[in-house]
Amino acid sequence: MSQNGDVLTVFVSGELDHHNARRLREATDAMIQQKHPSKLKLNFSGVTFMDSSGIGFIMGRYRMMELYGGSVRVVAVPAALQKVMELSGLGCLNVIERSSDENESIS
Amino acid sequence: MKAFREMKMSFDSSSDNEAFARAAVAAFILPLDPTVAELGEIRTAVSEAVTNCVVHAYNGSRGIINMSVKIDADGTVCIKIRDSGCGIDDIDKAMEPLYTTSPDSERAGLGFAVMQSFSDSMKVRSAPGHGTTVTLVRRLSPRVSNV
Repeated sequence: MSQNGDVLTVFVSGELDHHNARRLREATDAMIQQKHPSKLKLNFSGVTFMDSSGIGFIMGRYRMMELYGGSVRVVAVPAALQKVMELSGLGCLNVIERSSDENESIS
Repeated sequence: MKAFREMKMSFDSSSDNEAFARAAVAAFILPLDPTVAELGEIRTAVSEAVTNCVVHAYNGSRGIINMSVKIDADGTVCIKIRDSGCGIDDIDKAMEPLYTTSPDSERAGLGFAVMQSFSDSMKVRSAPGHGTTVTLVRRLSPRVSNV
């Protein structure tokens, strides 16, 4: 995780399923409550697998950030995850940035 | 038609086994030389079905999940995932995208939608109080042999 001004960036990596989402949610929410960023950036460049639990994770953080008057952006989504992301309808909420829009990766 | 290859396994409904189940299916179908996308989609569908067993069928309590995979000679993969949990009262309702009975607000209600989208056919049979069987069929694209 990193914070730059009012933007909190969370680098998500590994397999994002129901089992792993729990730990990720707890860590992310603790940071949100501590830092109160106006923008939460979820960098998915390191995610190697994701099922609908990942969608639940994004939607949950979206609701939480809305509560604080903030916003969520999901960036650097690997091509392999695009289809699950599309199924979610998250595109309508305008939270997902196309991978070509974002050059960030874990460095 | 006689199955070309077949495997059966049983495991308990702890959430660690979601990863185990999809890895086991992936390892079993790997000799068919599936594309990266096919393998990823099958793993995702299996993950959804097993997560449903963990979250809904057994709702946090311990139970047994049975999984079988059959591969026909033409490359059709048939995956059955069966639990002996609470069952589904209204299958049509359960399949509606975004519908969830989970009190955990983190569940997106997209499990069946993902399974449906990532398989060629999906069948759900359920008896309330007795359990649910999900059958996923996926035909792999024909591979050109290198031999």
